[in-house]
Amino acid sequence: MAKMTLDQLRALRAQKQEELEKRTVEGKDIQVIVGMGTCGIAAGAKQTFDAIVAALEKHNMAGKVVVRQTGCMGLCYVEPTVEVVMPDMPPVIYGKMTSDVAEELVVKHLIEHSLLDNHIFDRPAVDIVKH
Amino acid sequence: MAYKNFILVCGGTGCESSRSDEIYKSLIREAEALGVSHDVQVVKTGCFGFCEKGPIVKVLPSESFYVEVKPEDAHEIIAEQVIKGREVTRLLYRKDKNAETTKLEDIEFYQKQFRIVLRNCGVIDPESIDEYIVRDGYRALEKVLFEMTPEEVIAEVKASGLRGRGGAGFPTGMKWEAARKSPGDIKYIVCNADEGDPGAYMDRSTIEGDPHSILEAMVIAGRAVGANFGYIYIRAEYPLAIERLKIAIQQAKNYGLLGKDILGSGFDFDIEIRLGAGAFVCGEETALLQSIEGKRGMPRPKPPFPAVKGLWGKPTVINNVETLANVPVILTRGAKWFASIGTDKSKGTKVFALTGKINNSGLIEVPMGTTLREIIFDIGGGIRNGKKFKGVQTGGPSGGIIVEKDLDTPISYESLTALGSMMGSGGMIVMDEDDCVVDVSKFYMAFCVDESCGKCAPCRIGTKQMYGLLDKITKGQGEEADLVKLEQIGKAMTKASLCMLGGSAANPTLATLRHFRDEYLEHIRDKKCRAGKCKDLVVYEIDPIKCIGCGLCARHCPVPCITGEKKKPHVIDGSKCIKCGECFVACKFGAVVKR
Repeated sequence: MAKMTLDQLRALRAQKQEELEKRTVEGKDIQVIVGMGTCGIAAGAKQTFDAIVAALEKHNMAGKVVVRQTGCMGLCYVEPTVEVVMPDMPPVIYGKMTSDVAEELVVKHLIEHSLLDNHIFDRPAVDIVKH
Repeated sequence: MAYKNFILVCGGTGCESSRSDEIYKSLIREAEALGVSHDVQVVKTGCFGFCEKGPIVKVLPSESFYVEVKPEDAHEIIAEQVIKGREVTRLLYRKDKNAETTKLEDIEFYQKQFRIVLRNCGVIDPESIDEYIVRDGYRALEKVLFEMTPEEVIAEVKASGLRGRGGAGFPTGMKWEAARKSPGDIKYIVCNADEGDPGAYMDRSTIEGDPHSILEAMVIAGRAVGANFGYIYIRAEYPLAIERLKIAIQQAKNYGLLGKDILGSGFDFDIEIRLGAGAFVCGEETALLQSIEGKRGMPRPKPPFPAVKGLWGKPTVINNVETLANVPVILTRGAKWFASIGTDKSKGTKVFALTGKINNSGLIEVPMGTTLREIIFDIGGGIRNGKKFKGVQTGGPSGGIIVEKDLDTPISYESLTALGSMMGSGGMIVMDEDDCVVDVSKFYMAFCVDESCGKCAPCRIGTKQMYGLLDKITKGQGEEADLVKLEQIGKAMTKASLCMLGGSAANPTLATLRHFRDEYLEHIRDKKCRAGKCKDLVVYEIDPIKCIGCGLCARHCPVPCITGEKKKPHVIDGSKCIKCGECFVACKFGAVVKR
């Protein structure tokens, strides 16, 4: 995009806001968000990320799911962390998501709509930016 | 098949010990008995960090939060909530007995954390400027460029009560004002991202998770003080943070949020990254400026302060990463809102990197005024393996140790200084009974010996001398007079050093001498280290009653100094032992004892 004016910036924000409310990214309504700060990466988040992508391919889910990265959620003791946001399911943050749990995540949570045992952790604080 | 409800049962150690496993099983049993096991899934989760009210049970999607749940409550939860869709009100969390039940969204909820600096960390994709923008990003900049005068911006930051988060706590608004009032048409904004305390990673995580918040704040600072150029000074060993900053700067430039005529306002501002080589002293602002100028990083006396005479002799504002990350929120939410959080003199929140012998290590952000006990035992989940808490080191090599009796002090710049420690940049290392205070003090002093730039004598010589004395004590060669010497040198260094590196280097030693003098004396008089950390003072022996003569210890001994016939008690030759502890770890019968 070329340099913006004030009005263009405001328009962009409004447009993105709308997309956010629809909860779709690139037309896909399931989001898998991997925490990829230095701490997450050190604990194997890159391998987890790749394993999730591979598991999605394997189970023909790639067309419905967008896998994204984010920074540190602060839960260093249970890295890698993965958040799943999808319709008809509460948003959930999973900890200790090493690459070997990736397929279980895709099958159980994304396909069978059930939660994984012993991996759920709490978002550490309320979101002050929520609209 | 799709579940309508999810029941989360806390499986943290605290809740496990308060029968959460029974609750889990009875919930499943009840769901089956009442024929709704297809409608509800019962899962075990990690710790919710609210252990004193455990066991915790949370029901989704209604977000019902039940505390102090007993296995007998399972029937009611299933019958009421799952079948009839009604919350079990008597189990809901209440702040106090008379209060209405609290909804999850309420701020003063069980979560002790409150995230201003880390608002976007773990939420947005740090490599996407659009995601930052949609979460109020660059909204503060709009306000500053089009709706406020620079004086109003400074007044707002002053009114918010924001103070420097790098450790010293100087009011940010006053720094900006001083730089604005300094004469000159060229001024600079510098972001200090030279985070160097052992165990601290707040700034790294903030940049990695939300780089645009720093850029936005720097442009705002530039507008406020009349600067058109900024530097981010960051250490080369933070490659991911640097990478994300570079991406963010490029994106901001493409959008016209950096560079010439920002958003058509006529205001120009540009940012460049400068890499530091990782010298601790370069976190000191005058040394940092020298380093940006391409000179050897050494501090110089103040005044003149950088706000008057800084980079290349021009007025310069230097703010720490965390300080800057607060700025956009202060301007969008208002100074009044910000000032309503925290204590009388310390406003807002503080980010801490909580590490050491703690269950839930992590990056946390709490309102000022939170107590250390809340941080360590509620958020941190207490000490690992049920060991006893010994102390917590705040402020890294510049801070001191805070002990049990002071844990209920509300955190503020003043209160931590009064305890002989300091806020520091936010590293918080928890120690348990297995840590030796003399050894820890020696570790920090060794760090300061390495990192002292050598310019002033008190620091260059003082750190070395104190290290020598501490080393002597850990080797069992200390004398009682050494303790007096440590205090004398420490106090002289504190008073006479040129910068805060030397000025605070004695803090860990002085604080431990104050709180744990008996342990120092034990090392000196009894040649004993109760934590078993000081190798030279530890003696390994084999208990002949417990030893079955399996020979495992002898096989692990690298010297070797363990002898004995098969199936008969073995013996360690103390004169040859190098105290590596291999035998102690190897023995399966607890026959090797440390004394």
